Amino acid sequence: MTKYVLKRVLLMFFTFMVIMTIEFVLVRLLPRELPTDKTQAAAIASRWEALGYNEPIMTQFGIYLKNIVTKWDFGTSWYIAFRKPAWDVLIDRLLPTVLVNLYSLVFSIPIGILLGIYAAIRKNKWQDSFISTMVMLFVSIPSYVYAFLVQYFLYFKLGWLPLQVYSLADAGGSWFSGKMFYSMIAPVLALSFGEIAGLCRFTRAELTETLTSDYMLLARTKGLSRAQATTRHALRNAMVPILPMLISSFIGILGGSMIIEQIFSIPGVGQLYLKSIQLFDYDVFMMDGVFYTFIGLLAGIVVDISYGFIDPRIRMGER
Amino acid sequence: MSEKIPSIPREKFSFVHEGERLHDKQFDDKPISYFKDAWIRFRKNHASVVATVIIALIILFAFLMPLLNTRYNARFMDPYYAKKAPRSLALRPLGIADGGQSRAFSEKGLVRAVAIGIAAEDWDAHGATLEEGLESYYQPMLKIGDPVEKRAGKNITRNYTGRIDVYLETGFLYQSVMQAEYDNIRAWEEETGKHVLYPLIEDNNYNADPQDANNWYKTKKSVPVSTREGGKAKELSYEPGLVLEDNYKRDADGNPIYYEFTGGGSLATAQYKVRVLYYNYYIYKNGFEPDYILGTDSQGYDLALRMAGGIRLSLLVAVCVSVINFILGAMYGAVEGYYGGWVDMTLERISDILADVPFIIVATLFQIHLASKLGAVPCLLFAYIVTGWIGTASRVRTQFYRFKNQEYVMAARTLGARDRRIIWKHIFPNSLGTIITSCALVIPGVINSESMLSFLGIVKLGSAATTSLGTLLADAASIWTNYPHLMICPAVVLSLLMICFNLFGNGLRDAFNPSLRGVEE
Repeated sequence: MTKYVLKRVLLMFFTFMVIMTIEFVLVRLLPRELPTDKTQAAAIASRWEALGYNEPIMTQFGIYLKNIVTKWDFGTSWYIAFRKPAWDVLIDRLLPTVLVNLYSLVFSIPIGILLGIYAAIRKNKWQDSFISTMVMLFVSIPSYVYAFLVQYFLYFKLGWLPLQVYSLADAGGSWFSGKMFYSMIAPVLALSFGEIAGLCRFTRAELTETLTSDYMLLARTKGLSRAQATTRHALRNAMVPILPMLISSFIGILGGSMIIEQIFSIPGVGQLYLKSIQLFDYDVFMMDGVFYTFIGLLAGIVVDISYGFIDPRIRMGER
Repeated sequence: MSEKIPSIPREKFSFVHEGERLHDKQFDDKPISYFKDAWIRFRKNHASVVATVIIALIILFAFLMPLLNTRYNARFMDPYYAKKAPRSLALRPLGIADGGQSRAFSEKGLVRAVAIGIAAEDWDAHGATLEEGLESYYQPMLKIGDPVEKRAGKNITRNYTGRIDVYLETGFLYQSVMQAEYDNIRAWEEETGKHVLYPLIEDNNYNADPQDANNWYKTKKSVPVSTREGGKAKELSYEPGLVLEDNYKRDADGNPIYYEFTGGGSLATAQYKVRVLYYNYYIYKNGFEPDYILGTDSQGYDLALRMAGGIRLSLLVAVCVSVINFILGAMYGAVEGYYGGWVDMTLERISDILADVPFIIVATLFQIHLASKLGAVPCLLFAYIVTGWIGTASRVRTQFYRFKNQEYVMAARTLGARDRRIIWKHIFPNSLGTIITSCALVIPGVINSESMLSFLGIVKLGSAATTSLGTLLADAASIWTNYPHLMICPAVVLSLLMICFNLFGNGLRDAFNPSLRGVEE
């Protein structure tokens, strides 16, 4: 097991380095824009010169890697937050993204799984076909349509929720204040529809499979009631693929949803990405790109390894 | 074995078919091929069939809409008629798509709207009555509800609910015209009997906003007033028999003035300020009345045509991506799966690395690097193709692993078939169903992410020639609470496309899965 994990981590590191190199080269090849203000432009240009932005590309990459290893320096933001380290810019944006997505997951996981279980138990009855139809609809509809629907009904028609997430100052200076939570309900709802539908579909598919397997027959023959057999045998086995999926959703929290952040103006990682493109702040863009790549890789590897822990039948790395 | 077989004499035996030639019996019915079988099963899936029909309708809409509209193309736009509600002349008498918007009006707001209709009848400043104005073809108010009175101290304010035609609401505008155009308009008025040019408005203290060409009646603090001798004014309220006092510019003889010289030297270059009824000016310019079945978008283009263009673009991108991924993925997966060993190992590593590059970053980098040289759409295609084929390739690879050691493949190899023949003639057709399904399921994914990218502005598709449903939604995003149709129409079509393509793909998947044969019966 340890050997397998090590192997996976090394492989991930290798992949990460390759992708980072490609990204770095492509980003640094972009023509850099200087601000129109002449003194500021001169200041920035001289900073760039000093930081080696005019060296050959691979030398630049060497400097970049060296800075990361020695100083944990991923470059500097030039336009979004002048001369602030790109890492700090990213970290500042992480909390809102994580909060909104975390609330959404906490809200949608129980509902999604419970609906999935209900649909699986009532398979081929009207309840199941109703849930399945709804799931089909909700999975297909793009997330910004939900965002608009939520805004339309809960803000425009009923006036229960604010149109956008409050700024930090409006909400009392804390991301955890009640007022902030209240303003985050709308994006959380918009995110949750798709999440619930996806989870429900997955749970239903897995549970219907385990419900029809032979050990369920055996469990019933032993004298367990239907409810007992379902909770003790079917559900437990169905959880084997569901849990890793949940784990990957929790890692996905870090990435967030650009669309929802844009519509509800949440100052998160996704918005930062869009901003960095608009303002040509390429160091921040690079930082965000590296961050997204890392999250994707991390989710993949954690899911694969978690299978080994959750399912005793899978022994990782065995031949 | 203990049982004794009775002996039968030899002469009792005879050949059954002596003297006959034996043939295989020919089948009476036609054989059912793999695809025909799939088709039969697809037809039984009602949801998928309905989805297919809806997809077909949306495609028809996308391709027929520009053909049906012979009057103008998708580049036609009118800046004054931007963000307007759906209006169809054919459906207007039925109360659908009447270009109307339901709103609450204050009393002076209502008078202002009604006054547009009155002024439209008052083209020669003879003094039209309220009743004439309400009957007018150019009356913007479609419906006026009963007043709701609100008492605050001794002031009574009346508020109305009503439905207003947003096209006619534009009312009058000041335009600057050359001598030649002025003559043309006059000639056109003569010919059609419609009026475009209306008297100019006096710029005095009864005119609250000299820029506003709808302010033709005398007002104080935008409340209509009637003047009496000695400069005293009486406030008027909205009631039957209301007479608005006009504030037109008149010459010494009391005749209204229709134009004012604003610049230019000779007769040919002279500029005139005129006041036009924009609805008729639009007809004069274009030769037809405003008739937008889905309204106009945020810039003044016909929303139906813009949407048709957006759908065409989405479908074009999706189908191209699907086909190219199919070809690339099939070749890559076939080589991987068939040869196995180190070839498979190396190719898998490459596709693993590619698969881990976040799509959004690929798309963004392509756009920044190449969009100015190649255009946004080809760049978008490239971005999809860089990583899109991996899914198809891995599916093909799995199928090849499944089939490559089966007996019929060995038989073919023993008979001397080359690798290429075995791959394409023997194994590939067996994995075709899976691949087609995955291709069909690529389409909704591409439509979704394409609209997402254009919504976020990463892909810029907002030009006069091309647009995308995502761009239309992004344009609507900040203003749609006032103009719901800007949001609803593209969102509904996009959601329908997504749902239907997903259902269609699921139907295909079930149809091509032979293990589901006979399950429903």
